[in-house]
Amino acid sequence: MLLLDWLYVGVFAVVGLAMAALPLAIVWALAPRFPYPQKRLTYESGVVPFGQAWAQFNVRYYLFSLVFVIFDVEVIYLYPWAIVFQALGKFAFVEMLIFLVILLVGLAYAWRKGALEWA
Amino acid sequence: MTINWPLEVVKAVLAAVIVFTFLAVIGAMLGVLLERKIGGWIQSRLGPKHVGRQGLLQTVADTIKLLQKEHITPHAADVAIFNTAPLIVAVAGLLDWIVIPFAPGLIVRDLNIGVLFFAAMASLTVVGILAGGFASNNKYALLGGLRSASQMISYELPLAAALIAVAMEAGTLSTVSIVEAQARQGWFVIWQFPAFVIFMIAATAEVNRVPFDLPEAESELVAGYFSEYTGMRFALFQLGEYAEMFAMAALATTLFLGGWKGPILPPLVWFFIKMYAIVFFLMWMRWTYPRLRLDQLLNLSWKLLLPAGLVWILITGYRITF
Repeated sequence: MLLLDWLYVGVFAVVGLAMAALPLAIVWALAPRFPYPQKRLTYESGVVPFGQAWAQFNVRYYLFSLVFVIFDVEVIYLYPWAIVFQALGKFAFVEMLIFLVILLVGLAYAWRKGALEWA
Repeated sequence: MTINWPLEVVKAVLAAVIVFTFLAVIGAMLGVLLERKIGGWIQSRLGPKHVGRQGLLQTVADTIKLLQKEHITPHAADVAIFNTAPLIVAVAGLLDWIVIPFAPGLIVRDLNIGVLFFAAMASLTVVGILAGGFASNNKYALLGGLRSASQMISYELPLAAALIAVAMEAGTLSTVSIVEAQARQGWFVIWQFPAFVIFMIAATAEVNRVPFDLPEAESELVAGYFSEYTGMRFALFQLGEYAEMFAMAALATTLFLGGWKGPILPPLVWFFIKMYAIVFFLMWMRWTYPRLRLDQLLNLSWKLLLPAGLVWILITGYRITF
């Protein structure tokens, strides 16, 4: 049954790609194509683009993604626990309490250090 | 039990075609029309009115027009990534729907990890958006893509916290079982009200809608990550976005509003009533609130919703254990 479930997921991904590509194929057959250099210029509010967009950008984005990775891994641990903690009883709850408190301390540390500030 | 594999493949292909068509028609076409009509109503104007009866065929006409539009690929763009990005967004929007139960038995596949699967597929969108924004080699698009990435990863955590709280209450991740659990325990919007609030805020941010529409803020970033996309590729981005929005509304219906359950009317009707009520709520917000600033947006997620979500998980755990 499990294999059957994932067969559906795989088929959905493939068929979805095909269905999404279908209108693009229709456009390829129907739509006009008159490219010329000015038309294929990058849009920059009407002026000739100044340099490339592939340049350095704010390091803040990187910091947030780092903090995200830590907490996303934590969330992965929470999912299986959420299903079975009723069967495991008080011990499992206390364990998760300790785990979450450690993580909240980590969040407080990141907060204090200014990793969550956008400035 | 033996499984007839070729038959199952055919069934899966049919299901995929039906769901995709449903999304394109009910989700994107009707959704855009609804949005414009509601926008018109809220702002005391008429909205689309001339194509078809009361403007009903407006988005059909728009789609036919978009099919005839030229695809312009900028010189500076990374062509391969530029072409794939809209496909990723559209497919991610479709995959969410595998685990949505419309009525008893009317679900593509009742995966035993349904809720987790939904969260994973919903976050696939960010890959397409970031790829599109980056490959365009356009400053507005790059900024839109980066903002979108930071926003979606920030709100994924509160969203997951809300989902986990619901999973704890129901003791399962399967969407069908969660609906059944609500039939026994009452709608989770009551017992899990904080989780519902967190879910709605995070879901609005995940689908990049007002007041969290920074990635495509027209007044500052032209059209954000899809500035360079024309014609049908632009339409695919729109399709993915509306599919995602309807999927979030459908998930909120399933997890918090008791899914298909309801008196007198058939289950399917109840499901759509509840789903459209949430869609209406999202559109209402769009035409009511101004946009947040990026720092306000990140503060709300990291300093309020995430700690609140984790504490709520502990409270739920305490209540159920003791």
